[in-house]
Amino acid sequence: MFVRGLKRKCFDGEEDIEGTLAGIKAIPSYNLQRQSLLDMSLVKLQLCHMLVEPNLCRSVLIANTVRQIQEEMTQDGTWQMINTQSTGQASLDRLVSTDILCRSSRDQAEGKHVPAYGTFNKDFESDQAQDSSETMSAASSVQAPRNLQSSVWEMENPQENKGNFQKSLDQIFETLENKSPNAVEDLFSEVDNSYYDLDTMLTGMMSSTKMGHCDSLESFSSPTNTASNSNCKSDLNDLDHIVEILVES
Amino acid sequence: ADIISTVEFNYTGDLLATGDKGGRVVIFQREQETKSRPLCRGEYNVYSTFQSHEPEFDYLKSLEIEEKINKIRWLPQQNAAHFLLSTNDKTIKLWKISERDKRAEGYNLKDEDGRLREPFRVTELRVPTLKPMDLMVEASPRRTFANAHTYHINSISVNSDYATYLSADDLRINLWHLEVTNRSFNIVDIKPANMEELTEVITAAEFHPHHCNVFVYSSSKGTIRLCDMRSSALCDQHSKFFEEPEDPSSRSFFSEIISSISDVKFSHSGRYMMTRDYLSVKVWDLNMENRPVETYQVHEYLRSKLCSLYENDCIFDKFECCWNGSDSTIMTGSYNNFFRTFERNSHRDTTLEASRESSKPRAILKPRKVCTTGKRKKDEITVDSLDFNKKILHTAWHPMENIIAVAATNNLYLFQEKVN
Repeated sequence: MFVRGLKRKCFDGEEDIEGTLAGIKAIPSYNLQRQSLLDMSLVKLQLCHMLVEPNLCRSVLIANTVRQIQEEMTQDGTWQMINTQSTGQASLDRLVSTDILCRSSRDQAEGKHVPAYGTFNKDFESDQAQDSSETMSAASSVQAPRNLQSSVWEMENPQENKGNFQKSLDQIFETLENKSPNAVEDLFSEVDNSYYDLDTMLTGMMSSTKMGHCDSLESFSSPTNTASNSNCKSDLNDLDHIVEILVES
Repeated sequence: ADIISTVEFNYTGDLLATGDKGGRVVIFQREQETKSRPLCRGEYNVYSTFQSHEPEFDYLKSLEIEEKINKIRWLPQQNAAHFLLSTNDKTIKLWKISERDKRAEGYNLKDEDGRLREPFRVTELRVPTLKPMDLMVEASPRRTFANAHTYHINSISVNSDYATYLSADDLRINLWHLEVTNRSFNIVDIKPANMEELTEVITAAEFHPHHCNVFVYSSSKGTIRLCDMRSSALCDQHSKFFEEPEDPSSRSFFSEIISSISDVKFSHSGRYMMTRDYLSVKVWDLNMENRPVETYQVHEYLRSKLCSLYENDCIFDKFECCWNGSDSTIMTGSYNNFFRTFERNSHRDTTLEASRESSKPRAILKPRKVCTTGKRKKDEITVDSLDFNKKILHTAWHPMENIIAVAATNNLYLFQEKVN
């Protein structure tokens, strides 16, 4: 029945096996299912086609679904548990800003020709891992999250998701219009300029075989995860094409 | 053969155009019935094939622009040639399809092979004569309407004035004149100042068949707005707003997604319009905004499977719908290569399948049934055995006769009503 070989993680209406168990168990089951729907939605938002612009309608619908879940979780109080302490809130903001910086430098490493949208083509798992490790280090300096650490570890997913989600939404819609010149400058201000020197790239190209293009560019950057490697390769095919045109002319 | 992405009959029904994912347009022409074979109803054969759009690369955004043809719309025929508009995500093109079945022979200034003759060799003048040749159908691009859409074009619609047309993308609708390619007027703009606030997009748009000042556009939230271009230059304020109140008992996280309208079509009469959302087709009376007058369930058995369909992205499939010539029947596609027709007066609905196995030439199609209860009858298909890769998104109905064109992935099926 299913198009892709994804494991069926979520519920389908009344086919809720857990509904047959005691009523108490049914409630966390709904939460788990809702959580898995939220996770799935965020993965969908983050996954995108490398070269072709993503479908705006689909992105908007998924984003609205995520918002709905988020709102319901807020009303439920599931959200509340994490956001009770204002210091907790501050640490979240700090996490968000840290992550954006990390993301930018990763993008910088991938180079100029990475599509703007490519910033989101990361393994969602690696994002989670990144945020989790940051949460761990930040939590040590803040009282509130640590108290809830063990029981809240599952709950922290929604929190990170919320942070990620907000960033994802913002950034997804931003990339769909041309970035302002200032934003672009900020994004690339810390990059080694020689990387963008066409001559450097061209000499790198000319001295290696076609297949070696990937290698030579990879020596300039240091991709931090496998997802960006695969991004690099398809980008570099286009880069070949562009450079060929430039070299020929 | 590539995946078919649009199907459209022309105004007389003699020509049928299909566009595919590879940017090609294939036009079929109905053969004239001959006296020798009166029972053999007109078949459609390939008339012309041409490459309409090529893949492009947007260097500014580092993104590919797909060559897939999103929509084809014919212009009414005004001379011997045929004209159609075809569009991909960003560019609309006007194509002229003309026939050539004669060629001129006996030129004075050039030889038969085209070389110029020396003037002094011309000793006498003659009038070139027209000689018959094998029919050649030529397609040539006459206009290119580009650089007017930041987002992906989902609809084009020719106005009843036959001089203008609209093109709609996710956030804007532009009005063009067929003769002018370097300028278009923006008539709807729903882009928020802050893109983070975006929650709704335009999904389809169409001009009214008779009133050249009226058009409608549908949204991803299940609403339709009717606009009158006489009221203002920018039609951000609608004249009519069509929305059915939500049934609170069936609310789920997927309610909004399945309410998103994938297609909107005016009836030929101009009195009604039809909208297609994920599970149903609705007929609206233009005079009543608060609810549709008719609702038809296309595949209600999928309602309990929405989560899985969300997981595999099928919930985002955009099905089209169409009216028959007399507006008495409507048709739309489904999964497993099924398509459905609904007779409005008798409330009779039929499910048919477009597949090689069930469609021998000249054989009558057998109605299909999807089993929704536990007990499966013979010839019924269970919901779980439906093939969700085989989806019929594009269908078209001949404007006058009961001939339908059904696109099943990369195959085109033509069915006609059996006459006893």
